[in-house]
Order: sequence, then C-alpha cells, then structure tokens
Amino acid sequence: MKLVFWLFILGCAWGGVALCDDASPELSTVTFVPQWIPQAQFAGYYVAAERGLYEHEGLRVQIVKGGPESPPSVLLAEGKAQFGTFFLSDAIRRRAKGVRLVNIAQVVQRSALVLIARKSSGINVPQDLQGKRVSLWGGEFEVQPKAFFSKYQLQVCTVPQGTTVNLFLRGGVDAASGMWYNEYHLVLNAGLDLDELTVFFLADHGLNFPEDGIYCQEETLRRQPDACAAFVRASLAGWEYAFQHPEEALTIVMKRADEAATGTNLSHQRWMLSRMQDIIVPGGGACPSGALREEDYQRVAEELRRNDLIDQVPAFTDFYRAQLRHD
Amino acid sequence: MIKDLRLAVKLVLFILSAAAVIFGSAFGYNYYCSRRTVLKNVETQAHYLTLAMAYHIESELRAVEQVPTGLAGILERGTPSTDEINDLLKDAVARNPQLFGCAVACEPGVFTSAVPRYAHYAYRDKQQQVATTDLLYEYATKDWYQIPREMRQPVWSEPYYDDGGGDILMCTYSVPFFHNVDGRREVAGVVTADISLTWLQRTVAEVRVYETGYAFLISQCGVIVTHPRREFIMRESVFSIAESAGDPQLREIGRQMINGAQGFLCFRDFLTEQKAWLYFAPLPAIKWSLGVKFSEDELFADVRRLNRQVLLIGVLGFSVLALVIAFFSETITRPLRFLARTTREIAKGNLDVDIPTTGAGDEIGQLSTSFRGMQEALKEYISNLAQATAARERVESELKIAHTIQMSFLPKKFPPFPEKSEFEIYATLEPAKEVGGDLYDFFLLDEDHLFFTVGDVSGKGVPAALFMAVTKTLMKGVAESRLSPAGVLAKVNQELAVDNDSMMFTTVFCGLLNYRTGLLQFSNAGHNPPLIMRPNGVEWLTLPPGVVLGVDTGAEYRTAEMQLRPGDVLLVYTDGITEATNAASQLYSDAALLQTATGLLPVLSPEKLVAAIMTVVKRFEENVPAADDKTVLALRFLGPPGT
Repeated sequence: MKLVFWLFILGCAWGGVALCDDASPELSTVTFVPQWIPQAQFAGYYVAAERGLYEHEGLRVQIVKGGPESPPSVLLAEGKAQFGTFFLSDAIRRRAKGVRLVNIAQVVQRSALVLIARKSSGINVPQDLQGKRVSLWGGEFEVQPKAFFSKYQLQVCTVPQGTTVNLFLRGGVDAASGMWYNEYHLVLNAGLDLDELTVFFLADHGLNFPEDGIYCQEETLRRQPDACAAFVRASLAGWEYAFQHPEEALTIVMKRADEAATGTNLSHQRWMLSRMQDIIVPGGGACPSGALREEDYQRVAEELRRNDLIDQVPAFTDFYRAQLRHD
Repeated sequence: MIKDLRLAVKLVLFILSAAAVIFGSAFGYNYYCSRRTVLKNVETQAHYLTLAMAYHIESELRAVEQVPTGLAGILERGTPSTDEINDLLKDAVARNPQLFGCAVACEPGVFTSAVPRYAHYAYRDKQQQVATTDLLYEYATKDWYQIPREMRQPVWSEPYYDDGGGDILMCTYSVPFFHNVDGRREVAGVVTADISLTWLQRTVAEVRVYETGYAFLISQCGVIVTHPRREFIMRESVFSIAESAGDPQLREIGRQMINGAQGFLCFRDFLTEQKAWLYFAPLPAIKWSLGVKFSEDELFADVRRLNRQVLLIGVLGFSVLALVIAFFSETITRPLRFLARTTREIAKGNLDVDIPTTGAGDEIGQLSTSFRGMQEALKEYISNLAQATAARERVESELKIAHTIQMSFLPKKFPPFPEKSEFEIYATLEPAKEVGGDLYDFFLLDEDHLFFTVGDVSGKGVPAALFMAVTKTLMKGVAESRLSPAGVLAKVNQELAVDNDSMMFTTVFCGLLNYRTGLLQFSNAGHNPPLIMRPNGVEWLTLPPGVVLGVDTGAEYRTAEMQLRPGDVLLVYTDGITEATNAASQLYSDAALLQTATGLLPVLSPEKLVAAIMTVVKRFEENVPAADDKTVLALRFLGPPGT
C-alpha cells in the first residue's frame, strides 16, 4: 500500500516537472512584490498564483514577501521585481520625485484609512478631536488625517505611530490611525467593543484616497507590454475568484502567512478579505474594475502638493497606463 | 380517561407517580447539592492554584523589574558617560541570569550629542556570553520605547517572538527615566529588560486539572500566550476565537479577563466545544490574566457516577415497588372483579350463580358475605313476590267476575219500561273498585206503582258487594209483599241486623211512585237527601228520620209522602257524588250539587241529566281516583198520558 502511494507521488512529481519543462519556453518569468507582509490585503495575487491564473495568461509569477525590509520601491528600482503594489499617494510621491513608476491598474477604489477614537476620551464627532492626542503613521499616511483636521479646523497633538496600535490600546493616545481591514479589527479583537469606539472613515469626509494599485517601471511596460497586461488581467481575475470563493482564498492566504510567520489568525484574515471586497468593489459584486479615475488621482495629488509632499502634480496620462480596456 | 381504568391499574399508577415525584425530588435535590459542593470545592481549588501560580510569576517578574528600575534611577541622578552606561548594562545582564537582554535608549541629545542618538543593548549571545551592540534602527515608534515614553510610566510590553526568528517568547519591561529640562521633568530615555517567557509558558503548561483541564495565559490585549493548542499561541486572541466560534459569551469573558477581573463561570470550551468551567484571575504586575479550565464532564464525573448508581437503584426499587403494588392490587381486586362479574349476572336475573367465598375476614370477605346474603334475600323475596302476584292475580280475576255479577244484579236496560209513558227513569253506578257497595233498583209492583231504591253499603270491595247483593235481593223480595217504603226498610233492617257479625250496614232511600197520580211515598235509612227538580227550581227533599240498615234490629222507619207534578224530577244519589274529592282534597259538596242541578234545568231527559252530573263530578275530580262508588238515579214524572 505504502509503495503504491510513493509511486503515485513520484509519478505526480515527474509529471509536474515534465509539464514545467514543456511549458517553460512560452512562459515569461516575472516577480511581484506586494507592499506589505502576506495577508488578505493581497489575496487576489496569491489566489491568481495558486490557481494558475498567471500561467493561464502566459506568465510565471514569483511572489516575494514585501514589508519594511523589502519594500516594492526598492525591489522595483533594483530590478529584483517587475511588479509591485503601492498606495496611490505613495506612488504619486515617488513619481513626482522622478521615479519612473507607472500605474497599470488601480485595484483598491476606496480608502480604508480610519481614525479610531475612544468614546471614553469624549470623542463622538470630528470636532471632539480638538486638542486630543492622536497617533498617526508617517509620510503619505499623514496626508488624509491632516486634511481631515484642517477641514474641521482642529488643532491636534499628533504622535508618531509605529506598526501596532498598542499605544492606543494602553491608553497612551486618544485616537490612532488604522486601516479598516486591519487595525480596526485588531482593536476589536483586543477586547474593545464597537460601542466604545468612534471611527472616522476618512473616505466619508471627502478624502477618498484610492489605495493599492499595481505598478511597474516605465521601462518594464515599454519592453513587456503583453506581460503587464497579462499580469493585470490575471491579478484582477484572482481577486474576482477570491471574492467568489472566500474560504479557498483564505486557505491560500493563511498558507502564505504561516510561511512568513506573521502570527495572524484566520478570523482576522476573513475580516480583511471581506473588507477588501468592500473597498475594491465599493458598488458591490466581485468584479474589480482596475481603473484609476482622473478625479481620484487629482484629489490625491492636489492634497499631496498642498502638504508640500510633492512640488508639482505629475501628468495623469504619464502616471496611469491602463492595461484593461474599459468599454 | 383515568376514571375508566381498572382499579389495579389506577392503584399502580397513583402510587408509582407519587413515588416518582418523591424520588425525583430527592434525586434532583441530591444532584443539585452535590453539584454545588463540587463547584465550591473546585472554585476554592482553582483559586489557590491560580493564586500560587500568580504569586510565583509575580515574584519572578518583580525581580526582573528591579533591574531596569535601578538602572533608571542611576540614569536620572547622574550623567554617566556612554561607556559607563555600557558597562552598567553588561553588568546587569551578567548578574541577572533571568535577563535575556537589557537596553538603554535615549531621546536625541541625551548622554551624547552625536547622531544617531544614544541607544545601547547588552544581551546574551548564543554561547551565553554577554555581548553589546548599539541600536542603530529607528526605535522611537517601537512599542517598547514609545509606550513608556508617552505614558511616562513603566510598562510590560505585549509578548513577542525573539528577533532571532526562533520561537522563544519574549517580553520587555520598559522604565522611562526623566531629566529636568527648564524645570520640567522630560522623558530622557527608556531602560528595558528583556526576558524569555519560556519558563512562564512551562509553568502554566504544567498545570493539569484532572485529565483534560488546563491553564492558559492571555496578555493585556487578550492574545493567547500559553495554551495546550500550540497554534493558538501568539496568533489567536480570546476575541478572535470568540469571533470564529460566534461565541459572544467568550468575548465577554475575555473582556473581564483583560480588565483584571476574577471569576468562576460556566462556558463553552473553545477547544472541545463542550461545557466547561473557567476560573480566571489577573497577574497584576504584567496585567495579564490566568485562566484555569475544568471539563464539566470530569468535574462532575464522580457526581454523575453516583447519580447513575442512585438512578439505577431508584429504577430497580421502582420496578420492585411496581411489581409489589401490581401483585397486591391484583390480589385485592381479583375477588372484587369476580364479585362484579357475578353481580352483573345477578343483575341480569341469574340468581343462581355461585358467589365466591374469599375466606378472608377483610372488607372484601364481608362484601362477599353481604352479597351472598343479598342473593338469598333476593331469591326469597322473588319467590314470595311470585306467590303474592299469583294470589293477587287470582283475586283480581275473581273480583272481575264479582263485578260482572254485581253489575248483572242491577237493571241495565234503558229505557226499562218503554210502554210506560207516565214516567222516565235512568240510573248509573260507577264503582270505585272492581266491585262496589252502592246499589240501585227499580221495578213495577203493579199497573200503578214503581218501586225504586238507592243504597250505599259501608265499606267497599267484595264484602260490600256481597252485602249490597243481599240488601238488594231483600229489598226486592220485601217490596213485592206490598209493604209501605218504611215497612220495607224495617223488614229488610230486621233481616240484615240479625247475625250481622261483620257489623256492616247500608243507607237506603226507597220510594214508591204511583205513576198515575204522581203520589210519591218514600222512606229513608240514613241516606243523603235527594233533590227535587222542578221547572222553577231545585230543592232538597225533606226526609223522615231513620237509621242505617243492619245495625239495630228494632229500628223504626217512617214513610213520607209528596205529590209530584208532571215534569218533576227526583234525583237520588249516593255520597260518592257529594264527597268526590279533587287533587287539593276539596269535597264536591252538597251546595255544588245543588248549583249544578239548578244549572241543568230544564231537564230534557233523566239519562242526559245523569250523564251531565257524572261529567261535572268527574271533571271536578280531575284525575284523582275515586274513593267511593258513585250512583245517580233520576226519575221524571210525566203524568198520565194525555195530560
């Protein structure tokens, strides 16, 4: 019995190798790096890879771990990766600084950035933030909250925020920034109830900054336009599949997360995947549009310029190079 | 429903239900009490267990806290050189084997004006040698630095895995130290001590309660720090487990735990998904919470085993009780049922069935005896009844014959003398019993005279009828000897009164009408006065005195006379008419008769008059059976033909 089993495994392995050998001449190999550690924020890409959607489009895609130690900006610049994800605001900043990044698909349409405050600190409406201690992530993450504060003419004592919300949980600040699909849920799962919290969705306050988009170097687009289009098509198909088969997608995500020892759990990833669907397909459904609307681009770019994070707004047509035909 | 069940079944049912209620209550109370006792014991046990463990952990942690606290004190008081601080750190790690590492990290410009700001770390390397390094990364937003800095107080960090990528669980105690800047106490930096929590995990993991009970530890944020399920550790929080399991109670427990509460409660174990009990208590130093889980099944295993035994004994006892009751009720009710069957037979009329003897002297035996007595009495009664009935039937048939005979004595052919146009006569007699004591008679004595009589014998029935027959026969015999009415009565009286041992008597009114002249001679022996009905009115006939016949042999009677005119009617009757009684026990009375007779004028014919009076009296009586015979005789004098 055991022998039969091993023979079967051996046969499969040999078959697999043979298949790869056969297919390899047509497949072009590319590397993709998401901007953060493996989690459901990137479920679509992992699902596309796992389900063979990239191969189907003629690509062999290697997904490497992103995060602070190996950010897409570095990997793309060094040519170690061809595709990566960036927040729109981050990408505009880099483009304005002269990095030849191009957006080939805007995946997340709606900003998930929230300010989470404690009701016990007396915060119920934006005006209540006046004079409060608020921890904020740095860089482009500050743009939306600062625009939010100036919109409501608030003087807020900001504290730099690290990668956790522990300072907020311990009561060191009255409010903290967070992503709806991540920190928001972490706070809930640290034992705070929703009725103890006031959550400001910055997108609801006229500050919708679309987030994750797929980027590559202009050079890559020029040399391998077919690969770029194939990558976008397969990635969006991956997202669609993930939304239609969330449990399967979560299994794939958890496998990646476990390999990277991120210490997450299934219920958190389930929450994250569900929220990703909310911000990728805000109108409902499972099919991502992948398009970047010019007014979204201008809103983000203008806000960056006003905060002196960029000197001038890069041309939209240079920045966004749609790889999908939208009729 | 129950009403229709057999007595034995009812007995079994009622006694067993009562016993079941009693047993059930006792069983329930016993279970409740023993359960409560077990819970109380377990709670105490858990309390001391967690207390001891918490004390042990606390003392370890407090010892660790001493090191950075002491260092922070030194750094606040003086301004040592960076080399001196480095030595202090190395020394601290070397002297405290429980420490994994120790760091001092400063705000910009503290202890050195160089960039980057001063931060130094002494740690134990893989060879357990103390090594030092400068911290060159941006630590300002790291929890271990930022939280004590912002909160201006020492804190224990959330647990984390060591940087080496190993699975050594670490925790850092960070103490801020302050320098006076322009008169204000400003945070100058943070002193930290890193410890491995392996010993803590081991301590907690070693706790075993019964077979499957265990202890677990959660951090301030609810993260599982130790748990028998390794994959939960540092990945799941009590809240994420509650979310996955859809268990709001677990979330509430988690909130109590991270808020430093202490408790003992029943919950659904997220590991086995079975009912379990949880004792939890805080570790105050580190603000974590320690939980001890007991499996309900194990906790109550003894109680349940005992309960099963008690239940088994109960069931056995119950069965025995049921059998005993069934046996006894069967024994008691068997003769009853037999008796019931027998009496049903008796009720059907079969008096000869054998009633069983139980031989027992109890109520059932007595009942059997009574039934036998009743059966005998019934038999005797029924045979007596049969005899009596036969006798009565004989008498009744004889009475019928007597009635026929009696009625045959009386003239019943009307009109009796169709050739006579001078008078009309009609009479009727209605006996109260089969045979009565009334009599009437009339006959022609010669071409001129009609003799008529109406009488009433004392008493009723056969003796009265016999007496009546004798009287009538005598009257007729004597009347033919052409005596006056008084003579007839006197003669008949003599005959009757002689040897009248039975002391019966009779009233008689007799008259002799010369129907050519209308002269009426009449005599009376204690009879009711007849009525004379004339076209212009009705009146009582005045009677000569005379006692009843058959009492006094020497009694004397007198004859009275009156002249009848054509059209006059003489109405003779017996007291059965005037003493007729209705339902309200009222008598018909003489006055009513007089009134009725007056109302019946003018008389059309004697027959119609008699019928009318009988009708009126019977209507008065309604349906009350008559107590006495009724006789009415009407004689209408018409006068000689042609008048």
